[in-house]
Amino acid sequence: MTDLTALSLLDAATALQKGQISSVDLTKACLDRITALEPQLHAFLAITSDLALSQAEAADERFGAWRRGSMAEPPLACGVPIAVKDVLALQGAPATCGSKILEGFHPPYTATSVQRLIDSGAVILGKTNTDEFAMGSSTENSAYGVTHNPWDLSRVPGGSSGGSAAAVATHMAFAALGTDTGGSVRQPASFCGVTGLKTSYGRVSRYGLIAYGSSLDTVGALARSAADLVPIFTTIAGHDPLDSTCMPEPVPDVALDALEGAAPLQGLRIGVPREYFIEGMQPAVEAAVRQAVRVLESLGASSLEISLPHTDLALPVYYIIAPAEASANLARYDGVRYGPRLGGGDELWEQYLETRGSLFGPEVKRRIMLGTYALSAGYYDAYYGQAQKVRTLIKADFDAAFRELDLIACPVAPTTAFKIGQHGDDPLSMYLEDVFTLPANLAGVPGIAFPVGFDSEGLPIGMQLNAPHMGEAALLRAAHAYQGITRWHQERPPQ
Amino acid sequence: MPLTLEQVRHIAILARLRLTPEEETRYREQLSAILDHAARLSQIDTASIPPTATVLPLHAPLRLDVPRPSPPQTQMLANAPSAEDGMFRVPPVLP
Repeated sequence: MTDLTALSLLDAATALQKGQISSVDLTKACLDRITALEPQLHAFLAITSDLALSQAEAADERFGAWRRGSMAEPPLACGVPIAVKDVLALQGAPATCGSKILEGFHPPYTATSVQRLIDSGAVILGKTNTDEFAMGSSTENSAYGVTHNPWDLSRVPGGSSGGSAAAVATHMAFAALGTDTGGSVRQPASFCGVTGLKTSYGRVSRYGLIAYGSSLDTVGALARSAADLVPIFTTIAGHDPLDSTCMPEPVPDVALDALEGAAPLQGLRIGVPREYFIEGMQPAVEAAVRQAVRVLESLGASSLEISLPHTDLALPVYYIIAPAEASANLARYDGVRYGPRLGGGDELWEQYLETRGSLFGPEVKRRIMLGTYALSAGYYDAYYGQAQKVRTLIKADFDAAFRELDLIACPVAPTTAFKIGQHGDDPLSMYLEDVFTLPANLAGVPGIAFPVGFDSEGLPIGMQLNAPHMGEAALLRAAHAYQGITRWHQERPPQ
Repeated sequence: MPLTLEQVRHIAILARLRLTPEEETRYREQLSAILDHAARLSQIDTASIPPTATVLPLHAPLRLDVPRPSPPQTQMLANAPSAEDGMFRVPPVLP
């Protein structure tokens, strides 16, 4: 029998619809692959086999009922096995956020994004590894151990959605949900050679997403191609009364069929910001991204060099605003309502200090401390207030650029995947990994990362495209057109 | 300007985090380095720039105030490290 996990998501969906394969067989193939590869990769924190198989049986029944004419045609995602980052709530499964402070926590409800996939008939394979509370760029900050990069097991998969990226790259899942607060979908997609969509702030409900930085957090998805991302995006996007920041805009019809012909990107104007090509970046990354821009030009797009002058301020702005919001969001972990409680004494105060001091990991404590300081009396205006004003300038850079342009093209990260342990105990050097992904979060605009080559060590290189707010359809179309005439996204890691 | 150990201890109290002496020393160095990097922000003239708290053109949206079922109490207490008589149990806060 052929390997069902080798199919693309869309081909698997078509085969399910035609009755050529069953969702149970497809799900079993993914679970077998997870069993085989998990010992080397550690992409998952929980594998929900029983739930997955019951969802698969239900999907097969739904297709059967449709064929008998007693039910409407199931959506494209019906019967397709996917994975979910462990910062999104799924009732019936643990949600740890990669943290000891949520060990054993079973959320009493399901996140809207996950629920929409379940309602459409998708099969949930499990919860994927993440840096603790999505704070990190490597999954090294997970309290449950690092995920390994499938292209080189001695390297990180990126982060914080590193488990989702590794799972998709190795065909353990056809797609995975991730979240992106400062690059956490795009950077792991780039490091693992898959396609990752960071949605616009306000496009996908965050109900059931365990909060990190509330003015920056977005739910996104990773898959093996832009085309495979479309049904996932259109399923999870759209207004949700349970999230007041989720915009009422209708979900766009992405319509990839319209991209036939020799010049599918005719008329598309792409800006290439000079601030994203910095000293010290890996030459192979710059070369591959510039070549990819030429490929987009060959498809009919035009490109010109532009300036986003406040780009270098994104890092200090982000590392004030995100920790400030995190320090407020993570105040809820007090060992009273969920998670373990430490400190045997009869003092509530002692229990708070002991529970939080012992069960949060080093990076989370660092960001809570940083944010607490930035918000504290006497420092608020100098740090948090000033960062919010400079954020306005960064957003204005994008607003000005998009008055003349349709898309911005740039690298995802300055280098390919780095070695596990490379950044040691030097947080600032790790933060520098995020320089090219932070600005989109501060501006609230969407981004897509997809593979555009490999370096001399065989590690994938990613390119990022950004679009105006709510412009996901343009990103998916451009990446799909690129993937129509290149094969980088079809390369597979050695396993 | 580097943080003092006293400041680090004060922040840890505000954040309800018990730190070991080694953590205090390490966070003093690391937070000082990060704040030093962020000091660049103070050089930007923002006198006429409004702050961005959210990128959305949001006004407080309203919905109909219709009662709907909540999860049962037992379910909401199921994750608590200690519960009693339908309540979260904590040590006494008042002497």
